[in-house]
Amino acid sequence: MAERARTSLSPEGPAGTDNGGDERHLPVPHRDDLRRHLPGVEPERQLTDWGRSERIEGIFDNTLGNFFYRYWFRCEVEGIENVPATGGAMLVSNHSGALPPDAAMIGKAVKEEHPHPRPVNITVEHFFKGYPGFSMLIPKLGCVAAHPANVHRLLYDEEQLVLVFPEGRKGTEKLYKNRYRLRRFGRGGFVEAAMRARAPIVPVCVVGAEEAAPIFAHLSPLQKVTGLIYAPLTPTFPHFGLLGMLGYLPAKFHIRFLDPIHFDDEDLHLDKSLVQTVAHDIRAKIQQNLFEMLEERESVWF
Amino acid sequence: MGSSKRVLVTGLSTYWGGRLAQALERDPEIDVIIGVDSENPTRELERTEFVRVGTQHALLRRIVQAAEIDTVVDTRLVVDSATTSSRAAHENNVIGTMNILAACSGPDCNVRKLVFKSSAHFYGTEQDDPAFFTEAMGRPHPPTTLIERDIVEAEAAVNEYAEQNPETTVTLLRCTNVLGPDVRTTHTALFSLPAVPMILGFDPRYQFVHEDDVVGALAHSLRGDLPGVYNVAADGVLALSEVVGLLGKPYLPILPPWGTGLAATLLKRAGLNLPPEMLSQLRFGRGLDNRKLKAMGFQYRYTSRETVIKLAEHLRLAPILRGAREPFTYEREVEDFLRWSPHVRGSVPRGERVPRRAPEPVATPEPQAPPEPEPIAVEEPQAAGPPVEHYDDLEAEEVISLLGSLEASDLEALLEYEREREARAAILTAIEAILSRRAMGSRP
Repeated sequence: MAERARTSLSPEGPAGTDNGGDERHLPVPHRDDLRRHLPGVEPERQLTDWGRSERIEGIFDNTLGNFFYRYWFRCEVEGIENVPATGGAMLVSNHSGALPPDAAMIGKAVKEEHPHPRPVNITVEHFFKGYPGFSMLIPKLGCVAAHPANVHRLLYDEEQLVLVFPEGRKGTEKLYKNRYRLRRFGRGGFVEAAMRARAPIVPVCVVGAEEAAPIFAHLSPLQKVTGLIYAPLTPTFPHFGLLGMLGYLPAKFHIRFLDPIHFDDEDLHLDKSLVQTVAHDIRAKIQQNLFEMLEERESVWF
Repeated sequence: MGSSKRVLVTGLSTYWGGRLAQALERDPEIDVIIGVDSENPTRELERTEFVRVGTQHALLRRIVQAAEIDTVVDTRLVVDSATTSSRAAHENNVIGTMNILAACSGPDCNVRKLVFKSSAHFYGTEQDDPAFFTEAMGRPHPPTTLIERDIVEAEAAVNEYAEQNPETTVTLLRCTNVLGPDVRTTHTALFSLPAVPMILGFDPRYQFVHEDDVVGALAHSLRGDLPGVYNVAADGVLALSEVVGLLGKPYLPILPPWGTGLAATLLKRAGLNLPPEMLSQLRFGRGLDNRKLKAMGFQYRYTSRETVIKLAEHLRLAPILRGAREPFTYEREVEDFLRWSPHVRGSVPRGERVPRRAPEPVATPEPQAPPEPEPIAVEEPQAAGPPVEHYDDLEAEEVISLLGSLEASDLEALLEYEREREARAAILTAIEAILSRRAMGSRP
């Protein structure tokens, strides 16, 4: 880390280092100390501090979520035991589809199949925060902006599950002809975040989402007019309007959770080459499993 | 250096300066409180000495030197662009801060602690903000509104001061939006409307802090050493729809998501002022990580949710209490007489004012003041039981509705009783208001 002038106002100043009157002998790192000061839960509230709404999430879960999970995509889940029952963990998945159905289905799978169902925080582009309507709805459903500070707080301080898509927009933008070929995994920021929080990474492979919402082409003039992040040509969009984004084809979903990768040592994230290597390994692992799953699949629809 | 003894409050006539001085007066550890401002104080103060001076650094410096001030608290930052013109705000925030910092630096300076009240507007509000700003995070983007630019500049000046004066403990408090029964901000004005306007399609996250907690945080930073920057924000981040629900009001998504600035200009013509920094909050919202200050031993009395509930209670009572309490006017001669005349006998109630300090003799170290005489005999309040049966089970509003039927002596007993127990501000204010109204009525 860069040498910083130790002025009394610098963030890592003396404020954090000494915690006057602490009875423990070892000096407690400032960050550890702060975990004890997380705000308590107010049982009267229906929203979390992140804006997640139990009520609205429940409504979605019971209607659209159930319908798509059980009857439309008929999700099949393997390796759910790889998702830890306690503590922070990062789920890393491949990503596809115009309005990606994979995120919701992974969240639903943890909720339905896991012996200790836990809420999954889905990281999304901050684009949604600036778009009216989405801005209201997206956080209520348990999505948070993909900011490193948000991921760290969720993983380290609040010890929750975070779902990230390192491919980001490049994954959802890819055309049908490029299906199941993983894009670049960002800059490895997700590995860095997991290492900093010392939280395990659980790679996730989703098969089916590419066929459920295929993109045939991009309509750039329409995108420019509407200000959306992209305007894909799908079987139902744009001719059925924005709701056409939800017009998924009934492909069969297979979701596979792979063995978790643990990072127990401190300060691993400072080693940039290690970060890149791990990111590359995870990408290769997901890619390889995807090809295996595709090989085993006999039909797209059943 | 530990606890402060001789305190200079700049901006005494602002809401925060006055509130802080009142809080410090109750602290026997603090020997001297001196307040400066270019305006007369707006709150009744007992032992704070007021000097009417602006932010001329030469004059301030003389005061600091002469009174051997060890702690300077700067509460004067304008953080709400609806209150003054942008030029006056700039003059106050940037130039004023520079002058005050100049007044407390130099080789022969005794100032060992500087507390600066800043605002969470330092962080701004943007689309790609983190959900919780920590103190270590800078602004992700350069400031977009004038008030934010002023705050960033003022903080930069304080930062520079901290670097140049390593022996001085510099505390910088970034307060989020304040709500409460007493404080007036553009947000309390917004929430006082019969329906709360929102931007269509947006439900921003809002964090608040109660006015008492802000005063508490300022006082807390005088008691101990808190070097560095601290966010002051209550636990819990609410969605605006949740806030409006707690207030029991309908929400009105009348502001269009595109061209919001234009709509705000039209609303300003109609008498509703939505300054630009508020518009961006209404769009994107903001959350702060408040754990650093909590780790330094500060405890918030209210969560964000409770703060909103307190405001809601106040808004329901406001029509009843309106005009019950006369605004305080500062009279130099009277204040001087009360402070310095040898004939003033301690904590004699002034006018109809109920003594604010509890009658038990607090050893208030007032060097110049005459020795405190014995406290005036007040009927033993502790002995008085609740005048109404099941009093403790009653809600504040139910109690207030009963007050009108009580005799003056009962009211006084009730006042003492309430103070001893829960000290609900709404009840105390209501009783005081009724008592003062009766006292006025009985006079010829």
